Amino acid sequence: MPYIPHTHRELQEMLTVVGVRGLDDLFADIAPSLRPKHFNLPRGRSEADVCAFFEDMAGKNGTDTISFLGAGFYAHDIPKAVDALSGRSEFYTAYTPYQAECSQGTLQAIFEFQTAISRLFEMDCANASVYDGGSAIFEAAMMAVRATRKHALVVDEGVNPVWRGMLRTYLAGLDIDVRIVPHANGTSNLTALTAAVDDSTAAVIVQNPNFFGAVADYTDVFANARARKALGVISVYPVMQAVLKTPGEMGADIAVAEGQSLGQPLNFGGPYLGLMACRKEHIRQLPGRIVGRADDRDGKTGYVLTLQAREQHIRRSKATSNICSNQALCALRALIYLSLLGPRGLTRLAEHNMALTRYAVERLTALGDVEPLNDVPYGSEVALRLPMPAEKFISALAKKGCVPGYPAGRHYAAMGNVLLLSCTEVNNRAQIDLLAEAAGGLL
Amino acid sequence: MNTIFAKSVPGRCSAVIDSDAPDAARMLPPNLLRARPPRLPECSELDVVRHFTNLSRQNFSVDANFYPLGSCTMKYNPKFLEYVAALPGFTRLHPLLARLGDSHAQGALRCLYETERLLCEITGMEAFSLQPMAGANGEFAGVSLIAAYHREVGRDRRILLIPDSAHGTNPASAALAGFEIANIESRDGMVDPRALAAAIAAHQGNVAGMMMTCPNTLGLMETHLPEIVKQLHDIDALLYYDGANMNAILGKMRVGDAGFDVVHLNLHKTFATPHGGGGPGSGPVGVNAHLLPFLPVPRVEKRDGLYLLNDDFPHSIGHIGPFYGSFGVAVKALAYILRLGGEGLARVAEYAALNANYLKKRLEDVLDIPFERICAHEFVASAPEGLHALDIAKALLDRGFHAPTIYFPLIVRECLMAEPTETESKETLDAYVEALREIIAQGRDDPHALGEAPLTLPARRFDETAAARHIRITEDME
Repeated sequence: MPYIPHTHRELQEMLTVVGVRGLDDLFADIAPSLRPKHFNLPRGRSEADVCAFFEDMAGKNGTDTISFLGAGFYAHDIPKAVDALSGRSEFYTAYTPYQAECSQGTLQAIFEFQTAISRLFEMDCANASVYDGGSAIFEAAMMAVRATRKHALVVDEGVNPVWRGMLRTYLAGLDIDVRIVPHANGTSNLTALTAAVDDSTAAVIVQNPNFFGAVADYTDVFANARARKALGVISVYPVMQAVLKTPGEMGADIAVAEGQSLGQPLNFGGPYLGLMACRKEHIRQLPGRIVGRADDRDGKTGYVLTLQAREQHIRRSKATSNICSNQALCALRALIYLSLLGPRGLTRLAEHNMALTRYAVERLTALGDVEPLNDVPYGSEVALRLPMPAEKFISALAKKGCVPGYPAGRHYAAMGNVLLLSCTEVNNRAQIDLLAEAAGGLL
Repeated sequence: MNTIFAKSVPGRCSAVIDSDAPDAARMLPPNLLRARPPRLPECSELDVVRHFTNLSRQNFSVDANFYPLGSCTMKYNPKFLEYVAALPGFTRLHPLLARLGDSHAQGALRCLYETERLLCEITGMEAFSLQPMAGANGEFAGVSLIAAYHREVGRDRRILLIPDSAHGTNPASAALAGFEIANIESRDGMVDPRALAAAIAAHQGNVAGMMMTCPNTLGLMETHLPEIVKQLHDIDALLYYDGANMNAILGKMRVGDAGFDVVHLNLHKTFATPHGGGGPGSGPVGVNAHLLPFLPVPRVEKRDGLYLLNDDFPHSIGHIGPFYGSFGVAVKALAYILRLGGEGLARVAEYAALNANYLKKRLEDVLDIPFERICAHEFVASAPEGLHALDIAKALLDRGFHAPTIYFPLIVRECLMAEPTETESKETLDAYVEALREIIAQGRDDPHALGEAPLTLPARRFDETAAARHIRITEDME
């Protein structure tokens, strides 16, 4: 029997100790009327058989295409050391580190992760991660609601539509008003983001670079929010954050991100991790797991789960959040990734990808009818206006083995011809030349 | 151990891309750039490998230690699950590729579809969504479905009933979805139908549903289940099944047949995907026919032999996660289900119950066992008079055993809640019993000595109160 060690003899001995005749006697408390009507599951299969099934399934996805698809989720090269270290079963078969003395490995790693994220964002502190970038935005919004005791949110339309969709779902049962500030041709309307904040606003939420790849400075938006006693929340792309003005420098109260780009494969949408950092004064509103430094009885420094009084297992319905875990293994991967790249590795990566994207813009705009959506600065993703519907352009090129990006019109009115194109280090100039050549044949 | 930051040497580096790209300052205006590079560790690859290898050695884990953590189901995680989830055809797949044409992600969509169908047959529910990213996230999705159901029929019902034995996430998730909580007291470890009737009467017309864990957190089957189901359905309130203990009833009871309306499962418990030191998990939510219209979108469907995503459900609660859930975790759960098959899954429940009952029986003269009847996959015990569950837990660590869950459920004095799981052998359970016997004897002899444990681990007990008062949660907060 796979994974069950009992021999027949042990089974008999154990049944005798328990004082029952057979295994089914252990389920006498389940009334006959509650027994399954049927349980028509396939017969078990050998390990090799199951592996072959999945090898087959893994071969039926379009992962052999050239792709410039991003839209908030990016293909990056991941050093093999990340897999090797996070694949140590001392990490991945452990549980939440409730017993600190036998969990110092996980606890110290989370403490280091919190430090790395705080430094990347230049914020005072960070938690041990939440589920993903979308839940991080929701949790940040709730922090602001609790901290300000106000119930309205101002959200830039440039925040990833996937995450704004999640925000709608999560707020459905709560009495919180959301005002969306429309983008201005793919850029944040900073004047409108300032004007939309009033005395009822708990937080203003923006994204940098925004969904269209545009980079901005939100310092004034956050200063205005502060003057109105609202919090400034910013969602960032962590790789670009190596070079961009930081949430801390802009005066944000809370910084969040989808952490996927830091050492997590795309994995068809998950598992990912949400990064959350904040200013010190909001630390007790921070949801989820937090690891702190502590001294043990011998005065030796170590690590424990801390500030647990905020959490659901103690506070129950009054908890700051219902989150009772973190994406610990994903956080470990992010930390290892950041440790391997270091400041120079991450900075050069951001620069390399920005340069590649600029090359793609150069090649595509040289075709004549393609132009950037606007003239604002961008990072490693860019919005391009095509002389044809982006959907049509994408599906035609995809048939030739090249996915040129994502159609912005899926989520935005009057953007039917706009293509969102992203380059990372998994792409190269030769791929971009191929893209330009194939596009030239279409336009 | 020094942190990775303390090991950093300025100028040392490992993974730096070979690139002729210009500096950021030549591509972006200066007001958009950060003033100084991020203060991340500067290390060689070996520095990093050695640091994290040594950190890993400071952990207990299922692969190295018996881990009878009640309600957490720390069973063995088969190695081949890691292999299938790491296939590049899965890991490299962009979630939005499936949105750009049906043909692009057929293998991955089929995995999701098959997982959902198998979970339906295992639980007797009508449909599943794999979107929730963890157990508590599945709870939130489930109670949101209950809210949507009542809203749709034009009722404003604000109360969710929750037994006092429930996990703390139940009330927290319910509150997040806008519900108020009414507590139902247990009687002899069971939900008391009379207390339930009283609560329904007290909140007449306002009860939206009830959340139950079954077997409950005491490790006991709810013997009044049919009556509870009837009481709730009589007032058109819905019954929620918290799947934390689903491994106890595999093949023995299907929650859909039993009358539950909505359920979440923890793939990382029942279906053997690893816990990862606290995550990632996966918390699929399943429903019966009348909650089906409200499930999160997109739903995975099969039409004419093709797998596709369908968003066209106007009553849906929307998006619980960014895409289709923790795909990498779902793949492992599917592999586990296919490997075991129906018979193997039923054996999981049988041997989990056998191990728990054997352990409970053998501990009867060591610990105080408040409920002597047959238990399910786990059981609660109290520390003998004069001893503390915490001290016993720490002394177990010294003997190489992870501690059971302690001080939960809240309704049991000095509680030690143990779940041995089906994958542990008789000799491991016997050794655990002997360790506990020794610890209790030592504690009776010299309670002070027990309070000193652990002595053999990388750390001794911490002053957690001081840590919460003087908060240091990054290297820079000293």
